Amino acid sequence: MSTASPNARLVSLTVNGRPVARLAAPRTHLADFLREGELLTGAHLGCEQGVCGACTLLLDGEPVRGCLAYAVACEGRAVTTIEGLDQDEIAARLREAFTAEHALQCGFCTPGMLISARDVVERLPDADDARVRVEMSGNLCRCTGYVGIVKAIRRVLEDRKAR
Amino acid sequence: MKPVDFDYVKPATLAAAVDLLAQGNGSVKAIAGAQSLGPMLNLRLVQPELLVDVTAIPELLGTREEAERIVIGAGVTHARLEDGDTSERTRAVLAQIASGIAYRAVRNRGTIGGSLAHADPAADWLVCTTALGAELLLVGAAGQRIVSAAEFVVGGFETMLAPDELIVEVHVPRLSAGSRWGYYKVCRKRGEFADASAAVLVDDARGFHRCVIGATSGRPIVIDDSRPLSELAGAAAVAEALSPTALAADAFAIQVHAAAVRRAVTAATA
Ligand SMILES: Cc1cc2nc3c(=O)[nH]c(=O)nc-3n(C[C@H](O)[C@H](O)[C@H](O)COP(=O)(O)OP(=O)(O)OC[C@H]3O[C@@H](n4cnc5c(N)ncnc54)[C@H](O)[C@@H]3O)c2cc1C
Ligand code: FES
Ligand code: FES
Repeated sequence: MSTASPNARLVSLTVNGRPVARLAAPRTHLADFLREGELLTGAHLGCEQGVCGACTLLLDGEPVRGCLAYAVACEGRAVTTIEGLDQDEIAARLREAFTAEHALQCGFCTPGMLISARDVVERLPDADDARVRVEMSGNLCRCTGYVGIVKAIRRVLEDRKAR
Repeated sequence: MKPVDFDYVKPATLAAAVDLLAQGNGSVKAIAGAQSLGPMLNLRLVQPELLVDVTAIPELLGTREEAERIVIGAGVTHARLEDGDTSERTRAVLAQIASGIAYRAVRNRGTIGGSLAHADPAADWLVCTTALGAELLLVGAAGQRIVSAAEFVVGGFETMLAPDELIVEVHVPRLSAGSRWGYYKVCRKRGEFADASAAVLVDDARGFHRCVIGATSGRPIVIDDSRPLSELAGAAAVAEALSPTALAADAFAIQVHAAAVRRAVTAATA
């Protein structure tokens, strides 16, 4: 994580509810900071240019690209990775729905998919299929295809409405 | 790939940021949401010594309602504009433009000022602020100036910003009650940069009859012309407008841009 850099400094974040302070060079993006420093490998790195969405994580509760947010720029803020959503109610339902609808195969895209999907469920309770597709267009899946993913998200949306 | 080993500061004041940029001899870059600069850094297309983060400067962070215009801080994110109050017409137009940019995770970080400064010919704000007749407040070591969005861009990825200058505010004039607005971007996949785009504004009360064609190879093409919109949207008119650009010899590009203009006109007249 290039801590040997003369520019390295202490970066303090809250990661999945736990305070973390670690030396990092300013060029270290959040995904590397978490993967290599904290061994939180849930945020995957596909393109490192913002396109694929595999690195998507929550910064103060909002989805952002882990590959385009430098850790130094996030000083003092709260980061939640897929590992931090074990007890999260929406994430738990999404995991069940992803299993039921066959929304993953290799799983490379899945952490980013779940983070984005959770944001859709929270922010857009009335989203229909078309809207879900639009909102999920920033997360690429290269093996499962999107039908199961869209169905899984719709399932959670409908479940929540029914309650 | 990973960026070069740059240094980083996040100044709390506009004056401090401008000072840092002025001392930089070109090896210093401002950074806002990192949604355009981040990929360029990661690919080492840019190799700065120092990044000056502008996202803690108060002047860049607010929006303000004035009688004649809406003032948007350059550091306001696309997502904040997307989520803005849409009961007022100009705000609704801004929200609609913002919602079509990239994806929510990108919109949560990317800013209107960063987008304009980056000046990608295919970017949404560039085309739309030009069509809306917006102005930008720039502040640098030599003082401040106000320029129109149209004159701000001098070419593809090129603006009139001096190395020590920042965009501080974007001033969007309010649309009059009877005005008509249309924007259309052609892209293969939702949230991508446009293959072709066009924005149309007819605002008689303010003397505006403007069509802007974007995603050319250079600056947006501004057509201020009182001909009826239906005529502006003709393939011949679009070919003529594109004739000074690098797209002039590309029949397919002309056709796609003509489609964008036609659909923007349809949206404006619907
Ligand atoms: C996957 C993906 C898809 C995208 N799709 C689209 C799209 O469809 N349409 C679209 O329009 N954009 C798109 N974008 C770009 C996005 O809109 C960026 O947010 C925006 O272009 C840059 O804003 P930023 O705040 O991230 O700026 P940064 O990336 O931080 O900076 C960009 C440039 O602006 C300069 N800068 C930043 N702020 C200022 C300031 N206040 N004053 C002076 N200079 C400044 C920087 O020095 C740099 O040169 C996409 C980006 C990604 C990653
Ligand atoms: S790795 Fe971040 S978007 Fe692809
Ligand atoms: S499950 Fe393999 S890429 Fe999506």
